[in-house]
Amino acid sequence: MYPENFHYTKEHEWVRVDAEVGVIGITDHAQKELGDIVYVDLPKVGTVAEQGKTLGSVESVKAVSDIYSPVSGEVVEINELLASAPEKLNEDPHGGAWLVKIKLSAPDEIKQLMSASDYQKYIGAE
Amino acid sequence: MTQPVALKTTPLNGAHRRLGAKMVDFGGWDMPVSYSGVLEEHHAVRRRVGLFDVSHMGEIEVRGPEALRLVNYVSSNNAEKLKIGQAHYSGLLYEHGGFVDDILVHKVADDHYFICVNATCQDKDFEHIRSYNQFDCEVENAGPRYAQLAIQGPKALSTLARLTSTDLNAIKYYHFVDGEVSGTWARIARTGYTGEDGFEIYVAPDQAERIWNEVLAAGEEFGILPVGLGARNTLRLEAKMALYGHEIDATLTPLEADLAWIAKMDKSGFVGRAALEKQLAEGITRKLAGFEMTGRGIGRDGYEVLLDGKPAGWVTSGGPAPTLNKNIGLCYLPVDKAVPGRAIQIMIRNQPVDAVTAPTPFYKRAK
Repeated sequence: MYPENFHYTKEHEWVRVDAEVGVIGITDHAQKELGDIVYVDLPKVGTVAEQGKTLGSVESVKAVSDIYSPVSGEVVEINELLASAPEKLNEDPHGGAWLVKIKLSAPDEIKQLMSASDYQKYIGAE
Repeated sequence: MTQPVALKTTPLNGAHRRLGAKMVDFGGWDMPVSYSGVLEEHHAVRRRVGLFDVSHMGEIEVRGPEALRLVNYVSSNNAEKLKIGQAHYSGLLYEHGGFVDDILVHKVADDHYFICVNATCQDKDFEHIRSYNQFDCEVENAGPRYAQLAIQGPKALSTLARLTSTDLNAIKYYHFVDGEVSGTWARIARTGYTGEDGFEIYVAPDQAERIWNEVLAAGEEFGILPVGLGARNTLRLEAKMALYGHEIDATLTPLEADLAWIAKMDKSGFVGRAALEKQLAEGITRKLAGFEMTGRGIGRDGYEVLLDGKPAGWVTSGGPAPTLNKNIGLCYLPVDKAVPGRAIQIMIRNQPVDAVTAPTPFYKRAK
C-alpha cells in the first residue's frame, strides 16, 4: 500500500526522490479521510517551496485542506491532469495523481521524514 | 481537566457505525457525514432514492383550543391557511425580525400543531414559543419522542409503498397523514430538504432501526443508498433551501434572506412583524443571491465577496453542485446588486476569483 521508496510527513504528504528532483503527493490515507476530491490548487512552476510551509490545497465536497511541502526547493513541474480530473487523487494518490515536482535545495531534509513502516505505525496510532 | 461533552446520538447511531459511516460532530450530535461517498450519495437521491437519518431534528407540539393563535403569533407564515393534514415552511422570528429558526408547521387537528425544528435550535425554539404562550396552550419539547427518517428521490414513493398500507399517492406535496410504516404508527409527510420528491416520516425511536433496515431492503431494487449530511448539504444548496446559521440567523430577516413569501404581512400581529414593516418601509440594504464560479476555485462559507474590487458581502454556503457540474453558492450582496448576471469576485485564500450572480434555485426537478 505505502511504497518503501517514499518518504512521508505527519501531514500525510509523500515525496519520492529521483536524483535531485522530488515528486510530491498526498497519501492514500489522506485521500480516504478527505473523501471525494473536487478541486486541487497547486503553486505555479517557479514557486520556491519551503519544507513544512503551505504548497497548495486540496478540496473535498465538504472541506479545504492545506498541502504542506515535505521538502524545500523550486517547483519545476505541476501535474496538469489534476486541474481537469481532481478525482484522480482518490483513485491513484501514489501514482498518476502526484501533485508537483520540486528541485531539492536541501536534500538532507529527507532524513526528517518518515519511512513507509513508520508512517503506517503513525496512521495506525492516529 | 475538563471532561469532553458527550455527543448526543440518534436511535440509529449503531446502524450508522455498522454501515461504516464517517461520523462528525454536527452541533453536538454524532451524525453520519457520508457512507459510500458524498458524490455517489448525492446522485443516488437525484436519480434513484436515498435514506437519511434526520432524528436529530426537533419536534415541538402545541395543543389546546387556542393552539392556532399561539402558532400564528410566533410564526411568520399564516397558519390560518393550513388545513388539517397540511404543512408549510415558516419562520420563528425575534421582535427585531431576525430568525430564531426556520420551521415546518404541520396542522394535525384544530387544537394540535406539530412543528419540526432544527436540531441545534430546538431548546431555544421551545423557550421562545413558551415565552409567548399567553394562550394557555400546552407546549411540548417532543424531540425525544420521535425519530425522523427522510426517504428522498424519484423512487422514494415506490420504496416506501412497499412498507405501508397508507395511500402515498393521496398525500400531496406539503401534506401529511398519520398512517403506518412496517406495521407501526408513523406520521408520513411529503416534505424534504433535497429538491426531490420524497417523504419525511416521524416514528417512535424504538422502531427506528427496524424501519431504517426495512427501508434499505425495500429500496434495494431501486439502488437505494444511505445518505449522510454531506450530500444533504449539496442537495439542499442546489435547491436553494436555507440552512440556519448560514443563509439565516438572528441578524437576518426573511426579507433579506429572499424569503418574503413566508412573512405574511397581511395577517394580524406576529412576533417580528413591526420590525419587518419598518424594513419594508425603509427598504432592505442587503439580500441573498446565488452565484456560480467562473474562475477556478470554490467559494465557501464565510468567504468575502467583492464588487468592483471592494468588499461587498459574504458567502453563506458554497461548494460543488454535483448535479450541475459547477461550483455554486449563496451570498449576501447590496440589494441593488443581488440580481442575476452581475460579475463578482470571491476572495479565495487571499486571491480574488471570478464568479457571476445566478438565478436560483440552481436545480429544479422536472415535474
